[in-house]
Amino acid sequence: MIPPHTLPARIIISGLGGQGVILAGCILGRAAALYERTAATLTRSFGPAARGSACSAQLILDDTLVHYPYVDKPQVLLALSQQAFEQYAPLLVPGGVLIIDEHLVKPPAALSGISLYAVPATRYAEVLGNRQVANSIVVGFFVAVTGLFARASVERALRESVPPGTMGLNLKAFSCGYSHAIKMYGEHHTFSGRFEGKARAVQGNKQFKNA
Amino acid sequence: MCAEPLALLTGVHFMDGNSAVCEGAIAAGCRFAAGYPITPSTEIMERFASRVPRLGGICIQMEDECASIMACIGAVWGGAKAFTATSGPGFSLMMESIGYAAMTETPLVVVNVQRAGPSTGLPTMPAQADMLQARWGSHGDYRVIALCPNSPQECFDLAIKAFNLAETWRVPVLIMMDEVVAHMSERVVIPTLSEIAVVQRRYTQVRPGEYQPYRPAARGVPEMAPVGKGFFMHVTGLTHDAKGYPAMDPETQDALVRRFTAKIDSNADDIIVYEEEEIADAEVVVVAYGITSRAAAAAVEEARALGIPAGLLRLVTAWPFPEKKVRELSGRVKALIMVELNLGQMFLEMDRCAKGGAQSIFLGHAGGSIHRPEAILMAIQKAAQL
Repeated sequence: MIPPHTLPARIIISGLGGQGVILAGCILGRAAALYERTAATLTRSFGPAARGSACSAQLILDDTLVHYPYVDKPQVLLALSQQAFEQYAPLLVPGGVLIIDEHLVKPPAALSGISLYAVPATRYAEVLGNRQVANSIVVGFFVAVTGLFARASVERALRESVPPGTMGLNLKAFSCGYSHAIKMYGEHHTFSGRFEGKARAVQGNKQFKNA
Repeated sequence: MCAEPLALLTGVHFMDGNSAVCEGAIAAGCRFAAGYPITPSTEIMERFASRVPRLGGICIQMEDECASIMACIGAVWGGAKAFTATSGPGFSLMMESIGYAAMTETPLVVVNVQRAGPSTGLPTMPAQADMLQARWGSHGDYRVIALCPNSPQECFDLAIKAFNLAETWRVPVLIMMDEVVAHMSERVVIPTLSEIAVVQRRYTQVRPGEYQPYRPAARGVPEMAPVGKGFFMHVTGLTHDAKGYPAMDPETQDALVRRFTAKIDSNADDIIVYEEEEIADAEVVVVAYGITSRAAAAAVEEARALGIPAGLLRLVTAWPFPEKKVRELSGRVKALIMVELNLGQMFLEMDRCAKGGAQSIFLGHAGGSIHRPEAILMAIQKAAQL
């Protein structure tokens, strides 16, 4: 379980329709609601926005009921397009976590008060043979960086959410993103053994660190 | 019919409101739907169409909403539990037949995922502006029951309840969702078969020759007859007598329509469901339903944290309206604030029931987004200073 003082966790996943932004939100929401046993509320873009233009999913995790379902001030932002970055980055809380696809988002050189984590997700997905799995790479990266979820919970949710024929590739993509986070940002960002009670906590600065 | 183990997805799911309301219908034993899918309710028909053929059920895409609801009414009289799902413009087109279902006492469920109107409005964005249409939209005097879920779990639970209420009272039961609840995903627990109470159709025990389809039975509700068992039935939208035959006189009309209203009005206490949060010592009570009630709950929590004695009355049944509860509150609190995504609909009902006791305050807008808790908190703070 996520320690109560860390919650609620407010997350925005954003990009362009077709990048799998909403599926990424569904996978994380499912992992939280079913396997991490937290309250999870997911809202998403609906309509033309979800089909090619700016698109986002908002996820709130809490240990009690989530009342208001939208995220005004995210602690974590996943931005997979420049437009998404520009729209949502100003909303991040001080010390918020920004995760980007480094080839699709070019943040200004000096980002104050934000912890930046970059992954070449689309590039990796192309190497894996299908750029559509970029979202699974980002999900893996997110899991390692934030430590909010047990890896096994999200892998299970991912297996249950992607088309059966693509499961192997998606799991490989997840693993790729996860490993990239560890390689670039070190073991201390990873999470291990949530179910053994070693959950990470969100500290006062809202970054996800070891409890 | 009831929930067969195969049909029931017992377990824990991460599901949106549209999926959950569909699963609730299936769990209640509904095996027929006819619809004209419309944003933001489309996923309900989509899911039903993919689920029920394997359960021996039928889902038909009709040529329009007028035909959709009539096909459902026909299916009910043929012995099925049936429902349709729609949104604003489609709900308007269904109005005539909601009156027909009321007149023929057809146990029917209609889901309306509310979007901002009038007309085409904002098809992908939320509103709660069909609430009076739900109550008064068809011509003539009649009663409906309207339920307002505020979470995917409640979409599932209230879908079952809607079918149960329809069978119990033989009125159209409307599930008044909104776009946010429809597309919001949360944990949904689907219980086991034995944990779900399903009201089966109450068929008459009298012999075919003695059966009168509109003779009031217990609590003013007539009994239905099984199809194909030798019962003669005449189902008409004309004013009819106990035999179901047209009776063109004011006395029959008055008795019939009074029975329609009385069967709901005099049993309202058994039908009405609401939830109270922090009501006991409240001086300001926010009244809300559907998605708005969640923003209101957040605001009430914040108000309490600031030491303001605020409470929340959440309407689960919008119709019949909890008159007694609002009257009682009005007698002891300072202010009642109705928060809703319209320009004053359920507010009128609340204001009528408050009868000049508590101040009745309206907080609403024309839809397209939901209230932020801060806006509701401000209204609470202002009301607390009255």
